[in-house]
Amino acid sequence: MPFSVPRSLRRLPREKEFYFFTSIGNYSGQHASSLEEFVTKIRQVNVKSLEFHFHRGDFERWVAEVLEDEELANAIKSLHNFSPLGDALRDQLYVVVWKRYEKLRGQNL
Amino acid sequence: MIAVDSLDEGILQALQENARQTYKEIGNHLGVAHSTVYDHVKRLEKQGVIKKYTAIVDLAKIGRKNITAIMTIFTNPKESENVAERLSESDEVLEVSTSLSEELLIIAKVVAEDQDKLHSFIAQKVAPLPGVLRIRTSIITRKYKDEILIFKKE
Repeated sequence: MPFSVPRSLRRLPREKEFYFFTSIGNYSGQHASSLEEFVTKIRQVNVKSLEFHFHRGDFERWVAEVLEDEELANAIKSLHNFSPLGDALRDQLYVVVWKRYEKLRGQNL
Repeated sequence: MIAVDSLDEGILQALQENARQTYKEIGNHLGVAHSTVYDHVKRLEKQGVIKKYTAIVDLAKIGRKNITAIMTIFTNPKESENVAERLSESDEVLEVSTSLSEELLIIAKVVAEDQDKLHSFIAQKVAPLPGVLRIRTSIITRKYKDEILIFKKE
């Protein structure tokens, strides 16, 4: 079986990147073109942006549809059970995404 | 620039107030023959001074609940022309203008069926354009005046 890097670890074209908004139509200027960048941006973007996308289900949708990573999408979806807000949301989201990123990276070293 | 005479100005004002007036009605109002009005109108159409005749439809009255928003797009100056051109190609975008304040801005009027579709359009079609730095969007909730600029005869 030929070696292939998971889509999560690849750099995405502009139209597939994740664009961080703070509310309907208000783009913050922050974007992520890979899972690695996504992990970094979770730490950097305005927490309002995290809350906006989390409550709309945008993160799990992008992870499932663009990164094609159902496991991570389900892990993010499961955070909704705790209804986290503010920095608690940032921390929980970061841990889930970072763990998945580290696992995928470890598998592809 | 295309030179217009006093009669042209009178005809343009009359047509902007009501484009369905007959040449005879306009002629009577301006004190000239309907054939003179016809000749002037045809020339103004050919020159592109009169761009088109259209109907202003009240979409809400036929149950089309569109929302309108004004997007202010902060751009990299080197890319702003491309951004403006790409926006102009979208059916959702009705007007595109540039403005120079402290930063180069593109101001665009956009319509969508609802807030979700508005957001999807901006997130999928506008934010990814090269040179877009950030976007501020204001959804219009109520219009107090909605008119076009009427040409005033001097």
